[in-house]
Amino acid sequence: MKKYNLYILALVAIIATTASSCKKNSTPDGTGSVTVHFDNRYASTDLALGTAYTTSNGETLTPTTFNYFVSNFVLVKSDGTKYTVPKDQCYHLVREGVDSSADLTIQNVPAGDYTGVQFIIGVDSAKNTAPVSERTGDLDVAGAASDMYWTWNSGYIFYKLEGMSPQAPYDSMMGMAMMYYHVGGYGGMSSATINNIRTVSLTSGTAAQVRSGHHSTVYLYADVDAVFNAPVQITIAANPGHMFDQYSTTISANYADMFSINRVTND
Amino acid sequence: MAGILLLLSVVAPSCKKKGSDQDVKFVAPASFPQPVYNMAANPLTQSGFVLGRKLFYDSRLSRDNTIACGNCHQQFASFVHAGHTVSHGIDNKLGHRNTPALVNLAWSYDFFWDGGVHDLDLVPPNPIKNPVEMDAQLPDVLAKLRNDSKYPGMFKAAFGTDEINTTRFLQALSQFMYALVSANSRYDRYVRGETKLSSDELAGLALFQQRCSTCHATDLFTDRSYHNNGIQTGISDSGRYNVTLDPADIGRFKTPTLRNIEKTSPYMHNGSLHSLEDVLDFYGASVHYSPTLDTVLQRGGTTGITLSADDKVKIIAFLKTLTDDDFLKDPRFSEQ
Ligand code: HEC
Ligand code: HEC
Repeated sequence: MKKYNLYILALVAIIATTASSCKKNSTPDGTGSVTVHFDNRYASTDLALGTAYTTSNGETLTPTTFNYFVSNFVLVKSDGTKYTVPKDQCYHLVREGVDSSADLTIQNVPAGDYTGVQFIIGVDSAKNTAPVSERTGDLDVAGAASDMYWTWNSGYIFYKLEGMSPQAPYDSMMGMAMMYYHVGGYGGMSSATINNIRTVSLTSGTAAQVRSGHHSTVYLYADVDAVFNAPVQITIAANPGHMFDQYSTTISANYADMFSINRVTND
Repeated sequence: MAGILLLLSVVAPSCKKKGSDQDVKFVAPASFPQPVYNMAANPLTQSGFVLGRKLFYDSRLSRDNTIACGNCHQQFASFVHAGHTVSHGIDNKLGHRNTPALVNLAWSYDFFWDGGVHDLDLVPPNPIKNPVEMDAQLPDVLAKLRNDSKYPGMFKAAFGTDEINTTRFLQALSQFMYALVSANSRYDRYVRGETKLSSDELAGLALFQQRCSTCHATDLFTDRSYHNNGIQTGISDSGRYNVTLDPADIGRFKTPTLRNIEKTSPYMHNGSLHSLEDVLDFYGASVHYSPTLDTVLQRGGTTGITLSADDKVKIIAFLKTLTDDDFLKDPRFSEQ
């Protein structure tokens, strides 16, 4: 055991010396970990399900469900070079109300100073059509994803916002006035159809300094209200409910810019 | 020559030990196209099939333990819900579509009348979660199976360990379903040169090939594609459009197989026709026009297919040669 450790130490030492001798501006070696933290907000306040908010259109919304998939992460260094996170390490379902779902931790990120993060809201078409054995973890259709998956038109629901709103019509089954946006659609299997996969690209003034033995956290804000205002104004009164339909592309274009980087920490 | 003999012994339907579970195997009939289901990823085994069959007939897959897949898919009726216009599920709730036959599913590209699901493994979550069918939550169903005295052992026999997970649950159901091959009707035996058809049946076959086989194509009796055959007066069910959102697909439905058609009444996605006579009368005289009506069913100013009374009798005689009694009574496919 001891011998082995010494051997590794020696190896590390050799690598370290070769690396520093080859490059003048020595770049950091090894790998570190990065957590992307999703903090859901309503405008300037922290989001809490069951709380009534006034939307930017002056309507009232009490969110009861707010879930979304994020995947296909790419971390961008200050010099523009990119690290593409292996896809299967970063399919992630954020569920408001489930604290553990707020964090996506990415291991083995090559050391470097990262100032950008890119990802998609949704699940790529390859995964949407993958065999069931490749749908594990957050993608398990009979587990974590069972309410984020359309069984009749098989595909993941990328974004689900439900809430009570006096501007929505009364639903006799639910016994209240409900709004709902269930957005999905990856482009279709045998025929082309709507594609609601949206790309997010964010940059930060503070770099995530990824080093071995260190941990960086990128705190993102996701503002629910973004879905109602830009580029198109969407009111609950005019659009109380959407699922798999053409208008859902307008909804996803709005929520595509709900994210911002709040701060970056390096421990 | 040796090669041909070898091929024959692989594709010929097994004649010995019929009806025993040891005999379960997937045999692609020589007259069929290539199967579509990826069997390499989920090979048929005796214990996998037996597990899939138990799941298929188990009402614990529903919320209140009352409805099994087998309630709506009955073997003697080629796995349709005999006599039901639309599906009849939990709490006596009615669905909005007729239950299709479950035969030769290994050859299907996509499933359901509108083709919304493209992998047989991903079919069961739909009826299980559907509030008017079985209305259960999948994690609850898996929990019931894990707490059962028999299932863990059966999963171990089928998959090596007693872990019960989504993949294994769905793959076992698929093993049972893709083993449901119907290819031993009188028509099939005629194709294989083992029996003769009557002159009426042969005349019906010839008429069928002229008038019907553009859509009910190959020995699967479906082109596995989508058409509007004019069954709806207005368009109350948009069919394929719900999946593609393409206006050209409004009112199109997947061409159903006609295997065992004598046993699968009522007919069409809405169960609106009750006998084969009704079906032929419909194609002859009642095909409704709408903008997406298939061009094959439009001639000049009229709609439908030219059929004399005699043509109809002969086509029906032919359709009845597609009844496969061995399949409908195969004890391996029955609830045990
Ligand atoms: C309440 C009745 C009902 C129950 C229970 C039910 N089904 Fe079905 N099944 C239907 C109906 C109706 C359809 C057609 C629905 C549609 O196309 O919209 C269907 C379609 C199917 C299809 C597609 C066939 C094809 O060729 O497209 C398969 C496969 C299937 N069911 C398997 C199952 C399995 C497995 C179960 C149990 C987990 C099950 N069904 C439970 C009524 C039922
Ligand atoms: C243009 C394509 C087309 C042609 C031609 C056609 N069919 Fe069909 N057939 C369909 C489609 C599509 C359906 C399902 C329609 C629906 O339910 O909306 C169907 C349904 C049926 C059914 C009901 C099956 C079931 O399980 O409910 C029967 C029986 C049938 N056809 C027989 C025939 C016969 C016999 C002919 C020739 C006289 C014929 N079809 C010609 C496309 C076609």
